[in-house]
Amino acid sequence: MTSSDKRDAILTGEHFWQGNIALAEGAIAAGCRFFAGYPITPASEIQERMTERLPFLGGTAIQMEDEIASMVAILGASWGGVKSMTATSGPGFSLMMENLGLGMMMECPCVLANVMRGAPSTGLPTHWGQADVMQAKWGSHGDYGVIALCPDSPQECFDLTVEAFNLSEQFRMPVLILSDAAVGHMTEKVVVPPADKIKLYPRRLTKKKPGKYLPFQPGPDLVPDMVNAGMGYRIHVTGLTHDERGYPDMSEAAQDRLVRRLVDKIRKNADKIIRVEEKNTDNADVVVVSYGISSRIIEPVIERAAQEGIKVGVLRLITIWPFAEKYVRRLSERVKGFVVVELNYGQIFYEVERCACAKAKVLLQEHMGGGIPTTEQILSKVIGAAK
Amino acid sequence: MTEKELPQDTSGLEVTPAPPALTGHPVEDLLRMDRIPHIWCPGCGIGIGVNALSQALKESNLNLDKVVIVSGIGCTGRVAGYVRLDSFHTTHGRAIPFATGLKLANPELTVIVFSGDGDLVAIGGNHFIHAARRNVDITVICVNNFIYGMTGGQVSPTTPVHAKSSTTPYGNFEPAFNLPHLAVSSGAIYVARWTTLHVRRLKQSFKDALAKRGFSFIEIIAPCPTTYGRRNAMGTGLDTMRYYRENSVIKHFANPEEADIGLTGKIIVGKFVDKEKPSYTDIMQYNLEVSMLADLAKTSPRIEKKEKK
Amino acid sequence: MKLWRKPLDADQIKVQKGEVHIIADRCKGCGFCVEYCPRDVLEMSEEFNKSGYHPPITKNPDACVNCGLCELLCPEFAIYSTPEEETEKGKES
Repeated sequence: MTSSDKRDAILTGEHFWQGNIALAEGAIAAGCRFFAGYPITPASEIQERMTERLPFLGGTAIQMEDEIASMVAILGASWGGVKSMTATSGPGFSLMMENLGLGMMMECPCVLANVMRGAPSTGLPTHWGQADVMQAKWGSHGDYGVIALCPDSPQECFDLTVEAFNLSEQFRMPVLILSDAAVGHMTEKVVVPPADKIKLYPRRLTKKKPGKYLPFQPGPDLVPDMVNAGMGYRIHVTGLTHDERGYPDMSEAAQDRLVRRLVDKIRKNADKIIRVEEKNTDNADVVVVSYGISSRIIEPVIERAAQEGIKVGVLRLITIWPFAEKYVRRLSERVKGFVVVELNYGQIFYEVERCACAKAKVLLQEHMGGGIPTTEQILSKVIGAAK
Repeated sequence: MTEKELPQDTSGLEVTPAPPALTGHPVEDLLRMDRIPHIWCPGCGIGIGVNALSQALKESNLNLDKVVIVSGIGCTGRVAGYVRLDSFHTTHGRAIPFATGLKLANPELTVIVFSGDGDLVAIGGNHFIHAARRNVDITVICVNNFIYGMTGGQVSPTTPVHAKSSTTPYGNFEPAFNLPHLAVSSGAIYVARWTTLHVRRLKQSFKDALAKRGFSFIEIIAPCPTTYGRRNAMGTGLDTMRYYRENSVIKHFANPEEADIGLTGKIIVGKFVDKEKPSYTDIMQYNLEVSMLADLAKTSPRIEKKEKK
Repeated sequence: MKLWRKPLDADQIKVQKGEVHIIADRCKGCGFCVEYCPRDVLEMSEEFNKSGYHPPITKNPDACVNCGLCELLCPEFAIYSTPEEETEKGKES
């Protein structure tokens, strides 16, 4: 029995949804009750869906005056105690960078979805691309840890958005979802589980009393507990380098402690965060590394390669950041080569190359976006990698 | 490199260096006394704004645990760090959308934005006009010292024509913003301007604005002797205060279009606008109940009103 | 106070007396309190405080009527006044 009443938070059942709709529904299922966004192709459907649904659930969806305001508003709403999210594409993603850094510095849980499109600049508004991957890692100034998830289907748009909210609460930081125009606009079956089957990570509110609680004192997992504004803790939160009290501290020691922890928060917990899908990598000659929409075109290559006598395995990155270093290092000991298939001119390619440490060949099948590489093109790279 | 020792023991909240001894000053419980004295220069007017706001908050009947202050970047932006409320020191120009997010997420909060002229109407100008347009229920306090003080004295959108600044060494030739006019035309329902001399009236304006349901804007004309006053032969902070004494004219409900401030000449202060209009949350609720639920009642058999959080 | 006409109950009105407390080490010597005290209670001292500024001192402490203007006007939270009845029990500056 499929629920489709707009007033139900979780529409349990089977649906035929566009990726963007599934992403919005995943957010709602995760408890997101605040959305601030700005229209941009190909992400506008997310905003539209949230606007249709949130008011019935006691939430708020607001179209802000620009993407910068959207990013900042979701930080404010999160501190106000509500799970919050925004969605955009490349040009908006660029605008949001400064305040993504603010969210990292404030250690503020929230989710930012980037439905990637042809880039750079205005690029291809209605066509897919995957060229924002490195920007997701390095986009804001300074060093900080990043978590970015990459759905390959509307089903994953739903599931990974729930995961993104959970990770944002667990690690007290903004989490990125890197979807793309193809996955965002394709319509497929999405199964929404019953509410009690959807596991949510609750906000880690402190148990300490006001006066004893330090907003940036980390726990053993390097993540501090949180409070919401209005709970009586009289916290101070700033984008300046700060100490455990949250007070600005311009010293070398405070900068070292803080930045090291912001990066280590992810680096040292990477094993808990990284998710990949490995297929047939055990005896593979060549492993194809891809993510998102580009992972959907590998099947024909595997079949054709098998005809050529090459065993092809697939390493699909579900979390792009932190990067699945251990997987690549392990595989580089065994395989002849990697082929990285991505819709950009080489971004994850360099990560794979770095981790392979010249133990295996690494070739790139690039595509600038707005289309997909042909099976022949990928196959020729696979053959090259198998030599 | 010497390691700065910070408390690992959270039980006693020891702070280093030791806070100054508390005295009987009436607003000390609203200040982060472990960070006083503040960084503002002798003769700066920002401390007066903080003082008046603290006194106004104490005299209001607001639950101070639910009052939140949001500031941007700049000298005035440092206010968030000195006031002992839930305080957020955000990025340059973005205090207002942050405050909007806070308020919409938790309408029980009283949200105050306290920032400077450059932060609020230069880089933050877009957010300013839209929050005023929406009539978001926040109180925006702008300390207008006609300059970008923190970064060394660059020109601001409110710097008067002919004034010298570090980026207008031959005199500013750009027309200056008239902030009450900007606020009123964007839709603010309470707009007032006072100088730092008019402390009692400023305190009263704060109380009025905090009680107002909608977008309130208070401009505080303040001295910046270090970067603005020095370059424009305005002397010390005290000299500037004497200038305000001579040249400010209290004129309630004056025409905001006539409230321009020049390098010399009169400064009109007072309340420009004080009216009632449904706030953003009011119109959102109305939309939900009247348009959305009515629409759903027509298309779906289940008819029930969901209470807004 | 200069009056045009003496109120009929002038001898019954008690003008409140106040005591001004100066937290000298917080002062940055801006001079606002000295300038705008309506009762001319304060003047700048010749002494230096911890930071090298000249804090105010009371030259006419008995003239203070606890109007509180110095308290409101001080950007440094370095001066405040209390009604005189409480000052025996009040904190020292």
